Amino acid sequence: MYAKRRLLPSMALLTTAALVLSACSSGSSSTPASAAASPGAGQSAAAAGGAPITLTIAANSVVGGKSNQEASWITDYVIPNFQKEMAAQGKNVTVQFNGTGVADENYKAQLALDLKSGGGADVFDMDGIWIGEFAQAKYIKPLNTVAGSDVDNWDGWAQIPTAVQDNLSFNGQRYGIPMGTDGRFLYFNKDVMQKAGLPADWQPKSWADIISAAQTIKAKVPGVTPLQIDAGTAMGEATTMQGFLPLLVGTGAKIYDESTQKWQGDTPNVEAVLNFYQQVYSTGLGDPQIQTAAKGRDQSFQEFSQEKIGILAESDYMWRGVLKPDGGAFPMANRGTEVGYAFMPAEKAGSGIRGQDYVSMSGGGGRVLNPNSKNPKEAWALLSFMASKDAVLAYVGKQPQITMRQDVNDATLSSDPLLLWVSQKVLPLTAYRPGFAVYPQVSQALQLATQEVVAGTPVASAAKEYNDTLVKLVGADHVASGG
Amino acid sequence: MSPREAETPAPPLPASAPPEAGATALRTRGAVAFIAPALALVAVFLIFPALWTLYLGLTDYRLTGIQAANPQFIGLDNYAAALGDPRFGNSLWVTLVYVFGSAVIGQLGLGFTLAWIFRGWRGASRTVLEILVIVAWIIPSSVVAFLWIAFLDTHDGTLNAVLGNADVPWLFSWPLLSIIVFNTWRGTAFSMLLCGGALSTLPPSHLETARLAGASSWQQLRDIVLPSIRGHLLTNLLLISLWTFNDFSPYLITAGGPNFGTETLPIYIFRNALTNFQLGYGAAISAILLVINLVIALVYLRVLRKRN
Repeated sequence: MYAKRRLLPSMALLTTAALVLSACSSGSSSTPASAAASPGAGQSAAAAGGAPITLTIAANSVVGGKSNQEASWITDYVIPNFQKEMAAQGKNVTVQFNGTGVADENYKAQLALDLKSGGGADVFDMDGIWIGEFAQAKYIKPLNTVAGSDVDNWDGWAQIPTAVQDNLSFNGQRYGIPMGTDGRFLYFNKDVMQKAGLPADWQPKSWADIISAAQTIKAKVPGVTPLQIDAGTAMGEATTMQGFLPLLVGTGAKIYDESTQKWQGDTPNVEAVLNFYQQVYSTGLGDPQIQTAAKGRDQSFQEFSQEKIGILAESDYMWRGVLKPDGGAFPMANRGTEVGYAFMPAEKAGSGIRGQDYVSMSGGGGRVLNPNSKNPKEAWALLSFMASKDAVLAYVGKQPQITMRQDVNDATLSSDPLLLWVSQKVLPLTAYRPGFAVYPQVSQALQLATQEVVAGTPVASAAKEYNDTLVKLVGADHVASGG
Repeated sequence: MSPREAETPAPPLPASAPPEAGATALRTRGAVAFIAPALALVAVFLIFPALWTLYLGLTDYRLTGIQAANPQFIGLDNYAAALGDPRFGNSLWVTLVYVFGSAVIGQLGLGFTLAWIFRGWRGASRTVLEILVIVAWIIPSSVVAFLWIAFLDTHDGTLNAVLGNADVPWLFSWPLLSIIVFNTWRGTAFSMLLCGGALSTLPPSHLETARLAGASSWQQLRDIVLPSIRGHLLTNLLLISLWTFNDFSPYLITAGGPNFGTETLPIYIFRNALTNFQLGYGAAISAILLVINLVIALVYLRVLRKRN
């Protein structure tokens, strides 16, 4: 008996010892790296003995998993090169990467909890649409409040268009450096289209065209889900951004009208969008299971990459981050030949916002400084380093994307037909979400309305429930409803 | 058995106590000193958070936005909102079905049945059986959730492959049943071990006598076994009911869907508090959950005490 009882404490001791040892070894392993870097810095190597500083980067990306491109860039390019640059200035800086690979909503909750408790990484990724609510909660502060005048003197701002800067601004102040912007449109699988007898350069001119193409696929290509439009709360913001809002701007209404200062409540426009959802999901054109599954968006990516979905409304992220032949989450070796893309049409020709025939929605994330950072100057140095031309060029690497920097876009986009098309043809048609702190809650109410319609609730009652929620959120004076 | 035996030598003690009143006080003080650290821990980690939750439930506190920096006191609005939310009622119902189906019927029913069937097994075969059942219990939830998602997948799932019928969307068409079966699979080991232990305390002579007197298996079970191990069964039922009531692992499989079909109360709280960031509302629902748990515990304790 005694021998057995003593086993436990000794095992605990062993475990502790192992932990301590491994912590020591990981701590020391970073020293040779910085030591190796400093000789290149010449005489300042001796001065690098200054108090060691550790900076942390947090992002919703993992090497080999979600958004692998960003994670690999941070670990392979940003960390070694920034440490080298700091060593050259005589600073002993170590950078750590704290990557996660979860749904955006979970990452957001984690971020809010970190910041609330006064912790968190020094530099972290955020979706631009979260800036308002985080700023109001005092979790984040304007960049020049955190890091001082260095911020406003940064030469990079000149390369970033104002519309893109606004993605990471709130009440006229910059809270972070944006990473770029994106566009939304329809993807289709050319193989599926061919089997259905539809053209390889398919371009619907109205919602009715989308429906009839989906009906054709359903009739002629068994085993393929014809059309998937994101819906439901499980997909979070993806539902609003890839599904609801691009459809809504196609009816000629923005979710928030700046001139009347009203949100779209239970209006004919909102009902038209919900009716479209109902048509897609009640007639077997779309797969409602994907919209309710715990990992539905990944499932939609996977099925599209396996030729199991005909038409999918998504952003250019799917092209560069998901289907990318090397390093995408669901790579498609024949991406260049098999994936087609078309503008998201307005409900009817000319019925979109500004009288447009085609519409889109744009957003974009960025990187923000943690106001709790113990080394705000160095954190800003890291943040601006990550947004420097060389760093962004290195990030873009073999897979272009629409970055925030004009000089990088000019140099790289021409090599990728889809992204060139997005930057030249889609972005001029696009619209942005309102930068209010309450927007994410409105967005959740919209997700819920789509979810109910997909589950079979009549459009009228889903729209009414949405309207009720909206009135509670923003007040009846700021809700447009009725026809 | 042992408590009753202890009663017999007890009387002499009170008889000798009165002459030493001072010593009693000293003893009381000593006892207080001894349990004070434990009480302090309970206060800090249990009572304070519970009171804090009650307080938060009376505010519009949110994780982000203005209400994160300046929460307002809103009285009982959160409770009114919960009672007026059809999804709260839905999740309460889902939770009750989930507890009754997976804990009461599933885990206890199956666990007892297995323990009864295999009560005669000894040696290596019993060890193997126990290991097999316990494996389901000790694997981490996240791993189990992944296994079950793979098992029930519509297109490539093991279950559909075994049944040979293509593409039955189990988690979509039978979501609640799926997680009930899942939780039964997961938790049966505990009940089986506990029931097995309880059965082994039965003196074999009782059953032997009953059998000689011509009692059938069912009669033995009803008249001898169940009354003797009733206490064990109730304790077990109390534990697994509370665990299941607060169980969050279905979230890993269905995320509460489709369309709230598997949204148990803990998932409802999670969605409102940590997805919608309504911490005040989440705290109010947590308080309701706490009350429900207390009621369950009280009912069981009542029944247990009656037996004594």
